[in-house]
Amino acid sequence: MTSKALLAATALVAITLSLPATAAELTVGFSQIGSESGWRAAETSVSKSEAAKRKVTLKIADAQQKQENQIKAIRSFIAQGVDAIFLAPVVSSGWDAVLKEAKEAKIPVVLLDRDIDPSGKELYLTAVTSDSVHEGAVAGEWLAKTVGGKACNVVELQGTVGASVATNRKKGFDSVVAKNANLKVVRSQTGDFTRAKGKEVMESFIKAEGGGKTICAVYAHNDDMMVGAIQAMKEAGLKPGKDILTVSIDAVPDIFKAIAAGEANATVELTPNMAGPALDAIMAYKAKGTVPPKWIQTESKLYTAADDPQKIYDSKKGLGY
Amino acid sequence: MMSRLLQSRGLAQIIALLVILAVDRAVSPQFFDLRMQDGRLFGSLIDVLNRGAPVALLALGMVLVIATRGIDLSVGAVMAISGAIAASLADTHGLPLALAAALGAGLLCGLWNGFLVAVLGIQPIVATLILMVAGRGVAQLITEGRIVTFTAPDLVWLGNGAVLGVPAPVVVVLGMLIVTGAVVRGSALGLLIEATGGNARASELAGIGTRGMILAVYVWCGLCAALAGVIAAADIMGADANNAGLWLELDAILAVVIGGTSLFGGRFSLVLAMVGALIIQAMNTGILLSGYPPEFNLVVKAAVVLVVLLLQSPRFANVGVVLGRARQ
Repeated sequence: MTSKALLAATALVAITLSLPATAAELTVGFSQIGSESGWRAAETSVSKSEAAKRKVTLKIADAQQKQENQIKAIRSFIAQGVDAIFLAPVVSSGWDAVLKEAKEAKIPVVLLDRDIDPSGKELYLTAVTSDSVHEGAVAGEWLAKTVGGKACNVVELQGTVGASVATNRKKGFDSVVAKNANLKVVRSQTGDFTRAKGKEVMESFIKAEGGGKTICAVYAHNDDMMVGAIQAMKEAGLKPGKDILTVSIDAVPDIFKAIAAGEANATVELTPNMAGPALDAIMAYKAKGTVPPKWIQTESKLYTAADDPQKIYDSKKGLGY
Repeated sequence: MMSRLLQSRGLAQIIALLVILAVDRAVSPQFFDLRMQDGRLFGSLIDVLNRGAPVALLALGMVLVIATRGIDLSVGAVMAISGAIAASLADTHGLPLALAAALGAGLLCGLWNGFLVAVLGIQPIVATLILMVAGRGVAQLITEGRIVTFTAPDLVWLGNGAVLGVPAPVVVVLGMLIVTGAVVRGSALGLLIEATGGNARASELAGIGTRGMILAVYVWCGLCAALAGVIAAADIMGADANNAGLWLELDAILAVVIGGTSLFGGRFSLVLAMVGALIIQAMNTGILLSGYPPEFNLVVKAAVVLVVLLLQSPRFANVGVVLGRARQ
């Protein structure tokens, strides 16, 4: 009883302290896709901590990659009368009916990480997503800046053929290459976003490019492929990070281990913190009626050896990646 | 003449492999270059052997299953399970235990498949589909959806080590090939397996324990798959339950079929299944070396497989003979 009272008292104090932001305690329902990747697991755990930071009650429903489960979860959130609904949509279409129900119940919906078909634009408040074209561009700009004006042959490990993330990350990188005559993508193959394929493809790149002597940098669409590529370079007697520069995307913990060991140079973060900006938008909307922009772009932050990679590794490894 | 030549066992496969290697040499002039790197042979040809090792191991088990007129779709999932177990135990419990647990899991998976097929009489494609779907989930439960990494040097050696310059995975495949060959061809066992596949009922009446045969080949297939999973995990120093062995069951079946073993059972060749696995990998490596855009990968692969299978088709060979005569 005492502990409960204490808890209530602390909550009360916290609410009074942060009164301008939260008029009343909010309850948010979050329909998460599932836990198909380490990033997704990290997103879930970061969402919990971000909600706790803001004293928001977050109810998470794991849909196990099924749209019908997500629709069920949203309906149950509506029935419970939550203050807002977060949705990480597993597919881009088929949401109109359930989102209309949410709109009729006057519950704002925020999309996390993925967008839905344009037809549903008026059905949600805002979408918090990363711009994967921009991620590719950030990677390219780091490389352009690092090599200066020197000629640089780049090999590229693409994601799964046809995946929109892979297409966009390639597009962003290519746009920077097009502006810098000294950069040239000499080889580009798919590594299917996996370590094993990244390693296999890098092995063949090394052989095809004179034992790797003519390769100046590797660009991988995700960190996992780069971890595989780093092993391939080491086994070929090359020094990744020194003989061959590396830049990849996602910022998973293992790439920070490699950066700390001097075997990788840079990574662009796909932040697992989509819920933080979404919560801020909802709280402002609820408190003052501020309507957020239709798209909140998350930061694509670049990390290098200058950012204390060991410390970032330690802080990220517990997130479930 | 040409028809008889192509039908002499194994020639079509060997020719196909040589042609693909020649094409690889044409797209990448360094293809046959070999040098030593950190006590290990280094070159594209070694990549073909090394990268082909998991599929070769799968094919070694699969060829016996197919010889009994069965099929095992679960080998990719078994790879994921055994890799996950080995990676989770390697750093804390040492190699012997990690290896024993991983291979033991493979044996259990094989036993389960064999039980469903031999004892309950479920059709192999359905029986093994169960583990194909559920097995990956089991592997994900073991790794909790993460990529479990390890540093235990003795397990890493299985992926990156070498014996007299030959990569460890290739040595493992050779060892398994010799053991399997000695067991099934050094005794009447191979013949009994073929008899079971040719006509199970007749074999049963002739006194062959067909149930035991079928159970045994699925168990062996599970063991081979587990070994392939350990090698795949050792190669990347981690277990990736979502991707390890994904779709490799299809490559293994393809390797067996390219090796001239009929899906209707009744006869098999271990060595030609290995050649089949090499054909697939020589083609994959060649595609990677060629520098074509990745959108072409699957199209090229499909075209090559079609040509190799046509080369083996007796009817196609006859068409060639008829055309040859017409020209004369």
